[in-house]
Amino acid sequence: MPVVLWTDALVFLLAAAVTAYFVYVRRQPHLLIPWGRVTQSAYGMSALVVLAMFVVIGLLDSIHYRPALERKAGQGAAYSTEVLSAFDAIASPLRDRRERTYSAPFATRAYARETLEVPGPDGRVRQAREFPRLAWGGVHLKDEAGRGADIFARALLGVALATLAWLVLAAAVAWGQARLAKRRMGEMWRAIWRAETRTPWRAVLITAGVLLALAGPALALCTHYHVLGTDKVGRDVLYLALKSIRTGLVIGTLTTLVMMPFAVLLGIMAGYFRGWIDDVIQYLYTTVNSIPGVLLIAAAVLLMQVQLDRHPEFFPTSAQRADLRLLFLCFILGLTSWTGLARLLRGESLKLRELEYIQAAQAFGVRDVRIITRHILPNVMHIVLIALVMDFSGLVLAEAVLSYVGVGVDPSMISFGTMINAARLEMSREPIVWWSLAAAFVFMFVLVLSANLFADAVRDAFDPRVKVGGLLPA
Amino acid sequence: MIAYIVRRALYAVPILIGVNLITFLLFFVVNTPDDMARMQLGVRRITPEAIEKWKAERGYDKPMLYNGRAEGSARIVDTIFYEKSVRLFAFDFGNADDGRSIRHEILTRMWPSLALQLPVFLVGIAVYVTFALLMAFFRATYLDFWSVVLCVAMMSISSLFYIIGGQYLFSKLWNLVPISGYAGGLDALKFLALPVVVGVVSGIGSSSRWYRTIFLEEMGKDYVRTARAKGLAETAVMFRHVLKNGMIPILTGAIAVIPLLFMGALITESFFGIPGLGSYTIDAIQAQDFSVVRAMVFLGSVLYIAGLLLTDISYTMVDPRVRFE
Repeated sequence: MPVVLWTDALVFLLAAAVTAYFVYVRRQPHLLIPWGRVTQSAYGMSALVVLAMFVVIGLLDSIHYRPALERKAGQGAAYSTEVLSAFDAIASPLRDRRERTYSAPFATRAYARETLEVPGPDGRVRQAREFPRLAWGGVHLKDEAGRGADIFARALLGVALATLAWLVLAAAVAWGQARLAKRRMGEMWRAIWRAETRTPWRAVLITAGVLLALAGPALALCTHYHVLGTDKVGRDVLYLALKSIRTGLVIGTLTTLVMMPFAVLLGIMAGYFRGWIDDVIQYLYTTVNSIPGVLLIAAAVLLMQVQLDRHPEFFPTSAQRADLRLLFLCFILGLTSWTGLARLLRGESLKLRELEYIQAAQAFGVRDVRIITRHILPNVMHIVLIALVMDFSGLVLAEAVLSYVGVGVDPSMISFGTMINAARLEMSREPIVWWSLAAAFVFMFVLVLSANLFADAVRDAFDPRVKVGGLLPA
Repeated sequence: MIAYIVRRALYAVPILIGVNLITFLLFFVVNTPDDMARMQLGVRRITPEAIEKWKAERGYDKPMLYNGRAEGSARIVDTIFYEKSVRLFAFDFGNADDGRSIRHEILTRMWPSLALQLPVFLVGIAVYVTFALLMAFFRATYLDFWSVVLCVAMMSISSLFYIIGGQYLFSKLWNLVPISGYAGGLDALKFLALPVVVGVVSGIGSSSRWYRTIFLEEMGKDYVRTARAKGLAETAVMFRHVLKNGMIPILTGAIAVIPLLFMGALITESFFGIPGLGSYTIDAIQAQDFSVVRAMVFLGSVLYIAGLLLTDISYTMVDPRVRFE
């Protein structure tokens, strides 16, 4: 039975909007030029490749359903209360193979000793403190001494597959480019390799190669080992890290999406109408701004929790409850972050309304609503776009901090914040459990870094004034 | 000048009233005292009597805005709105759920917060300006390029990792400083050293990069070209002209956060066990102590507005072209 969570609907709405925007851009020369500049930026395109991988995982993780239970005779179809996603189905080898507790990456035995019954040499069973074998990790090995060789062989297989995939990808790119440019393929390939193409295909292919080189062995190994170890209740850390991606993406994008209508409406109204409307709107955002962000968020989240607790009947499953909490968290974060965008839009509309073409429209008696929608809105959209990409990384980082404070996502929802929060206690164990923290760090770092780089490329392309702030030396 | 300051200060009044109304709406209208009582008492102990008792203990059993049963001025005064919201203006915060005076807690806890935040602020500005100036000096070289890449990478690391990493390296691995805790007097130094370093390092990425932009913008101006045309050495241009003029936006921007230093650092304080206002706030959020959260919201906005006021004043002081209008 398919389940459409609120955030799923909004995520796909956003995906559709982005697609529609790019179809629109293709026909608009004045938008095509800045986007062309983005595609010419080597670091921007590399970041885009990495982001695209995260987005694919996030989108797969946004198709939810409730698996059907086995039908009993004479009864209608029954569905599990557990909500799964398409990604869960793909990653079921990771999800289902749960251990009992911590285990290190690639381990075949648990991380702590347990009292086991061991058959002694004389055939009598005696009790001993031993590291028990894991239920799944390396269970196919008859002799544990062969672990290293087995891992090496499997990793080699993964690398081989990744190389093959990369060669196919590179050939496809070279072939496609050669057809477009009406050149020979070998010639094209040399041009790509010497970075002589306008679009930095070499950077794209190198990034894709690095990703494949990491993903290939991981894929080949993850069905027989816990590549990144397991957490306290025995869940595979690689699975947790991959699941966290969706939460991060949802918070980073939906927050801006839900606050955008308010910011755009209020910002443009303040700048266009001026006078008392401007005063009221300015007062509103100065007031909201003056409340410390974390406190406003904390207060709102506490209140939301009370309301959610009061109405348990709205949520047939715990996933739906966690999802609604995530959506409200986006709204609440939006409540504190709309002021910056509104202020920028106000300034821009103030400038635009003095331009001749808008004065002419006013002189012709065009109505205000039409001037705003036809003349002002399209000309401030690039600011909205820059805000969307610039805010993303900050919001992903904010989620982790808020979850630490206890006002973030639902504790049952897998996110970077909940992973770090759990890992905090593991750091004080002896010997320390480092792998879940390391996994959260690496995945979060790569996501935020690529988002930052891509945002830089977009801002440089759209806003030439702040060019000096860009990554490349001015 | 004084008239200007007074006028700017008066602008703060409607904003504070607005903040007050928002917090009142959030804490008493959207979320009624009954809800708070249920949340605090827990599922098992909810009885109408227990809720009434809980509300009476905290003075939440009064009418919201208007007390019809009272006489004279008590009709307005003997209400939740007056008791809980209007009194904030006199910095009368009432008591926390554990019965202690919030005002007293704030007055004792703001010093550890300040002892942590002031060094972070001062050392931070010195370090960030140095890095930014170096990057601007070596602009358009590989050194500059890789420094900016490093800045972007450092910006992409969550502040939680800086704290956890710092604690692991300095306290656990090298045993240089205690992992957490606090003591008064000079002993505070060894407890504060690591949090200050972590605080400064976690800001290097975004701040140095931002300051570099400011310096580069300054270097593109005409007076710099004139200075070079006169034959001034590049170091003289950088230190005598660019640094001086670049510091104007940096310092006026930094002044806005000075009052907020009192509020402490939420995450750092709770990780390092520093008994400041930041950890007080986090504890209140986690214990769902609404009166403390409300008091901190109000205090935070007062300090924020004070920061705005200071920024306005500093602008008029550094730049004589800004008039007192």
